[in-house]
Amino acid sequence: MAISRREFIINSARLATTTTLIATGLLSYSKYSYSLPAKAIRPPGALKEKDFISACVRCGLCVNDCPFPTLSLATLEDDVALGTPFFTAREAGCEMCDDIPCVKACPTGALDKSLTDINKAKMGLARIVDTKGCIAYQGLRCEVCYNVCPIRGKAITIEMRHNKRSGKHAVFIPIVNYDHCTGCGKCEQACIMEEAVIKVLPTKLAMGKRQDSYKLGWEEKQKSGQSLVSPDIEHKYNLPEGKKYDLQGEGLTDIKVESTLDNALESLNKFNPLFDIKSK
Amino acid sequence: MKKKINICQKTGIDAQKSKGWLGANKYLVMRRISQLSILFLFLLGPWFGIWIVKGNLTSSLTLDTLPLTDPYVLMQSFFTGHSITQDALIGALIVVVFYLIVGGRVFCSWVCPVNIVTDTANWLRCKLGIQNKGGGIASKTRYWILAMSFVLAFVTGSIVWELVNPVSILHRGIIFGMSFGWGLIALIFLFDFLVVNKGWCSRLCPVGAFYSLLGKGSLIRVNAKDRDKCTDCLECFSVCPESQIIKPALKGQGSSIILDGNCTNCGRCIDICEPDVFSYSTRFNKNTTK
Repeated sequence: MAISRREFIINSARLATTTTLIATGLLSYSKYSYSLPAKAIRPPGALKEKDFISACVRCGLCVNDCPFPTLSLATLEDDVALGTPFFTAREAGCEMCDDIPCVKACPTGALDKSLTDINKAKMGLARIVDTKGCIAYQGLRCEVCYNVCPIRGKAITIEMRHNKRSGKHAVFIPIVNYDHCTGCGKCEQACIMEEAVIKVLPTKLAMGKRQDSYKLGWEEKQKSGQSLVSPDIEHKYNLPEGKKYDLQGEGLTDIKVESTLDNALESLNKFNPLFDIKSK
Repeated sequence: MKKKINICQKTGIDAQKSKGWLGANKYLVMRRISQLSILFLFLLGPWFGIWIVKGNLTSSLTLDTLPLTDPYVLMQSFFTGHSITQDALIGALIVVVFYLIVGGRVFCSWVCPVNIVTDTANWLRCKLGIQNKGGGIASKTRYWILAMSFVLAFVTGSIVWELVNPVSILHRGIIFGMSFGWGLIALIFLFDFLVVNKGWCSRLCPVGAFYSLLGKGSLIRVNAKDRDKCTDCLECFSVCPESQIIKPALKGQGSSIILDGNCTNCGRCIDICEPDVFSYSTRFNKNTTK
């Protein structure tokens, strides 16, 4: 059935319009869909979000092979790109299986197979987002996050600090170490506060970035194995005569000139039981 | 006013009389069994812990050895700029070869779960005598949407169509959780039922369009082999989801084989034809009476 050129052009224009309409709607919907909420964490080995959503075909093989009820595929209820796998740390953190079955199951490389050591995974980064809410910071003993951490003592360590409030106790503060934290979320899951004060955030959100131009002298020195300036002069303060400087303590003070005789007497008297009574 | 009877309402009555109910619904029954058992295979794992098949229709692993990947989704992924892995490529090639043999749109009529939804809408529409027009949606629209899905994948760098694809939303939803996905499926149903006649599968769905293109060269075809026996009852046109494809084979002078890629090989025309004009054959079959 032959159609006229006029009909052909009109039909094509009609189709093009319909298609563009659908495409426009889809584009704006996709913008909204791809804003991954901070609480949704991708499985271990997931490519960067932008690459992940181009590689993941939403087959759910990772979910099937996850031995725990951790991973699920996003439904229309979740604010995550439809059908893609994620977990919510507060509900169920990643158990960090040694054989990483989810990564092995992925057929498209959305979960990177070069990840073979689960301890090297970077699903996110745990941060104590609320030091006021964290009871450890208030001087109470808790350390639950420290104890549930699968890389206990490395990814989370406990730092003892002086309790300024009481003046005589210590506070045991959990510290997350960037280099070891995999973002598994067990700490967030276990946090005993009503709303977790330690949370796994997407690495991008949790970390800042220092310009490459900032060189840390001590690191550069270690890298090159020798001093970067020569000669390597030991640091000392250039102070006026008769002054001393104590960085941690009193600051700039006069050097007390004490006579040798007084010193000698004092130390002698320390051994004299009558000295204290006499001086009173 | 004389009540007009839809052809669809009397379709199959004659065939049923001469061939019996099963004879007149053989392929329909087989298709439903095929669709449901494929779905059931996927559900055995999550429901009963029997892991014969893992994954879903976009990518699956059968008995821990056979990988299958939807070539359409993989192509979209390719257009996003992601490099295709060997696993996925092998899986997609197996699927392509399979459908090149059995017929491209066999996916639609024998596998796709949405087909059950739209067939039901179609059946109900016929029963209630609701006649929808094409609604101005040409059957070519699907190819434009198909092209659009590739362009969007390229432009956005993500598999955009999978955000709304009812085929995967339904299949994945049944296995992994559906939530509001039911709403979309209900919409597809209502769209086909009330708005546009055979609207989704035969006019809009790019998955079907993809398999139509694949099916242009596929081996197994429906053959109007005994077309000289045709009684012009028009029932085959009425049941065919792509009725435009029958005419060249049934009424034309050339080959009696339905070579159009849009044929889903559903076999419904074979079922309901009282004089048994149609049968399955290969595309190379030369045995025609006329």
